[in-house]
Amino acid sequence: MGFDQYHEPPEELPADTRTFARMCASLTEEAEAIGWYEQRLAVEPDAQARAIMHDAQGEEFKHFSMDLEYLLRRTPRWREIAKGVLFQTGDIVEHGEEAEAESEDVGDAAAPAFGPAASASDEVSTGTGAGGGAASAAGSLGIGSLKGATL
Amino acid sequence: MSHLLREHAPITAAAWQMIDDEARDRLKPALAGRKLVDFAGPFGWKRSSTNLGRVAPLAGEPVEGVTALQRRVLPFIELRSPFTVSRSELRDLDRGALDIDLDALDAAASRIAVAENVAIFHGLSSAGISGVCDASTHPRIELGEDFDRYPTHVARAVEMLLSAGIEGPYGVALSPEAYTGVIETTERGGYPLLDHIRKIVGGPLVWAPGVVGAAVVSLRGGDFAFESGQDLSVGYDSHDANTVNLYIEESFSFSVVTPEAAVPLVAA
Repeated sequence: MGFDQYHEPPEELPADTRTFARMCASLTEEAEAIGWYEQRLAVEPDAQARAIMHDAQGEEFKHFSMDLEYLLRRTPRWREIAKGVLFQTGDIVEHGEEAEAESEDVGDAAAPAFGPAASASDEVSTGTGAGGGAASAAGSLGIGSLKGATL
Repeated sequence: MSHLLREHAPITAAAWQMIDDEARDRLKPALAGRKLVDFAGPFGWKRSSTNLGRVAPLAGEPVEGVTALQRRVLPFIELRSPFTVSRSELRDLDRGALDIDLDALDAAASRIAVAENVAIFHGLSSAGISGVCDASTHPRIELGEDFDRYPTHVARAVEMLLSAGIEGPYGVALSPEAYTGVIETTERGGYPLLDHIRKIVGGPLVWAPGVVGAAVVSLRGGDFAFESGQDLSVGYDSHDANTVNLYIEESFSFSVVTPEAAVPLVAA
């Protein structure tokens, strides 16, 4: 079994960063599957087979969306940029540039909405109490949620 | 550049690291509310309010035949706790000194943690925030001065929550006085009171500076919402030849979704 989603030694990475990397890999795989079904649907003449593939592609849409939402909840700056780009009308590149510029006050690291997520390297994020670590130039202490951190 | 203006402070990276570490170490034990309520965010300094999903009618019609409603939101509050650090101490820190005087930082951290706890448990009426205790629909339970009776009081609170259909596990926020009394007390047979109460609620007992009395709170989730804009951060204000003026700051809102999900226990 390979561990290609890691670009740094896994044993040196905090647990939440490994989870983040796994979810990024999962997002990639779902996007690939969507593309594969799109190609198969384009060439498959059998109606029953097409119906099954169409149904399967819907599953991949769902998986991709859930993976993406998970990652966005953990990553405030990514979320802010996505909010400026997704489901908007108009020029996509223009929206992207504006959203990127407006996201500068938002931290980069993991931050779940209404849920615990520990991190040894959170910058503007939540944690279960094991979190904290280096603060960012943005200045957040990375404390976030402490629910579940005390017995 | 962030609005915290840290880049303008005459503080080295190593000193910032120590200041941030010290602030975090001081804040975490005291942030009782975050140990018991749901936390969302942080959503950034620009986030200004929480959507309540409700509207208020506007008087009159802007145009005949057209009605108008106004969305209701809960505005964020900003808490700021200033402190001063000696530049001489910062220079010593950069030389490798370990016993740096950060007492003012410690006091500032304590103050803002208390302020956050007060907002969560007792509310901030001027900001439209209802606290866990104030919003509760249950009768208050009097704690009394006999710590041996605390398990009885807590068990009664748990029964009240169960009767209202509020599932556990539950947690208990205790004022510093109550917390000290609980951890110092053993029941007949030497069983620690702390462990007994913990078994009753199935969750943590939390030291909660700023809380008056105590509160038994459901931890099932979805009942109490803390929404963070800028999470607790250290920022720069100004400096002169001798001192650097810094502050700890955050922005947030807090709302009670299920008032019956907590039972306040009041001091005698």
